Amino acid sequence: MNFSFIQKIRRQSGLILVSPPFFYALLLLAFPLMGVFALSFWTQDYLELNRDLTLDNYREAWTGAIYQALMLRSLKISILVTLLTVVLAFPVAYYISFHVSPKKKPLWIFLITIPFWTSYLIRIFLWKVILGFNGVINGSLIGIGFIDEPLKFLLFNQGAIVVTLSHAWIPFAILPIYVALEKIDRSLLEASEDLGDGPVRRFMRVTLPLAMPGIIAATLIVFIPTIGDYVTPKLVGGPNGLLIANMIEVQFKKANNAPLGAALALSAMFIVSAIAMVFLWFNRKYLRQEQ
Amino acid sequence: MVKTKQSRYLVVYIGIFLVFLYAPALLLPIFSFNDSTIVAFPLSGFTLAWFIEVFKTEPLLTAALNSLLVAVITSVFATIFGIFAARASTRYQFPGKRGIMGLIMVPMVLPEIIIGVSLLVVILQLGFNLSLTTIILGHILLCLPFCTAILSAGFQGLDKSFEEASQDLGRSRLETFWYITLPLVMPAIISSLLISFTISLDEFIIAFFLSGTEATLPVYIWGQLRFPTRIPIILALGTVLLLVSLTLLIIAEYFRRIGARKTGTEVKGGLF
Repeated sequence: MNFSFIQKIRRQSGLILVSPPFFYALLLLAFPLMGVFALSFWTQDYLELNRDLTLDNYREAWTGAIYQALMLRSLKISILVTLLTVVLAFPVAYYISFHVSPKKKPLWIFLITIPFWTSYLIRIFLWKVILGFNGVINGSLIGIGFIDEPLKFLLFNQGAIVVTLSHAWIPFAILPIYVALEKIDRSLLEASEDLGDGPVRRFMRVTLPLAMPGIIAATLIVFIPTIGDYVTPKLVGGPNGLLIANMIEVQFKKANNAPLGAALALSAMFIVSAIAMVFLWFNRKYLRQEQ
Repeated sequence: MVKTKQSRYLVVYIGIFLVFLYAPALLLPIFSFNDSTIVAFPLSGFTLAWFIEVFKTEPLLTAALNSLLVAVITSVFATIFGIFAARASTRYQFPGKRGIMGLIMVPMVLPEIIIGVSLLVVILQLGFNLSLTTIILGHILLCLPFCTAILSAGFQGLDKSFEEASQDLGRSRLETFWYITLPLVMPAIISSLLISFTISLDEFIIAFFLSGTEATLPVYIWGQLRFPTRIPIILALGTVLLLVSLTLLIIAEYFRRIGARKTGTEVKGGLF
């Protein structure tokens, strides 16, 4: 009796304590998201908002040729960025976890994240300098006599977007993979070796499955937000490198068609979440099979 | 560990990777001291002119002051909200805990454009004007999950028996929190303040959607990137900003470690 009374008080103090940040998030995140949801079913003529419910925005967002093309291109680029980021990040996380002495690990983690604190816009701009026609790569290659003419395929295309975005997201991929690798009980690796597994087999059967939670976290952390970047495509993407986020930005700002922008934004979020769900489901299945 | 062939390949890879990772950060100071408006090799000479120009450009300084104001207010509020959230989640069980904490943490994985757009819609519909205040509202939302994560680690490392001892000795719960708990998690609070300050200072996407006539520094930079002659000044500004961010982060890391030592937990990899 007394015990349950204390439990009740504790429960209430938890709720009271969490309520300021909770109401803040409710008011400034949940409520606005619902606003966007409502907006996507309305229409807009210049500044007049028509509140009759309609599916027209979604019809346009899902059937309009340009929106389909931008959405597919954005998905392709997000998937490529995620793949490249995770593949590049894994060996680094592995190296820090397995080859760096415990005392130096924090220093290495710091080292990995320093470049990330260069101003976001300037960092993207510098990739333009590196990949450009008179850029660092072309300059160096001509300098050592490897090529005579600057390579034009480096900048203003989708490849440049993938490289720039992967660079921006790589610390976010390294950290969760590193944390997962750190949690692996080293005696499992010895056991696998004692049972006659070679290094490759040991990696595939022990290290990789146990690192999977980190890889999954890295994938989601990179994949979902990447779809929303409109700065990188604008600076390094060139004429054929605009993405769905650029279109969303245009609809909200210049085109003055916020309802269509809302429908595009929510559709993009829906597609990305659906892909993330399918990915998680496959992983769960795969991990269960391994066990 | 035995140095095998594989581990040699791994070391070579790490070397190449570090070059890739550091390429922009290393080029930034190089070009900001370069005596030419064309950002390309070969370098034409050493100059400090761009840095002097940074401190003479009026709109840039105004934008810097705006950013400073936004970042300070954001970091204070995000940290206060973060303390509430972290304390509640580490110490108490309450109904709907997963959902509530999930909502607070979700801006960490939500595309920033979604946060910016949804706030923009509501603010305009309610008839408010866009200003620095609206940017602050968005930035607090964005920083809250990071602050909560840092502070939760701080509260988690706290030994409960300190607080129990204080209450057994007759201190009220509030006094205990003020005299015992807060000083012990102070390092986490400072690192939360510094991290959210740094995030806010560099945030562009939300600020771009929510800014009115007053620009923050990233919004100002975005406008300047269109003018080739202004680029070297922007790069010099970038160098200054990098130094500021790094100084703050090193201070944050220092306090985090003190905190870990105080509460008796092991100093681990940490946030960065």
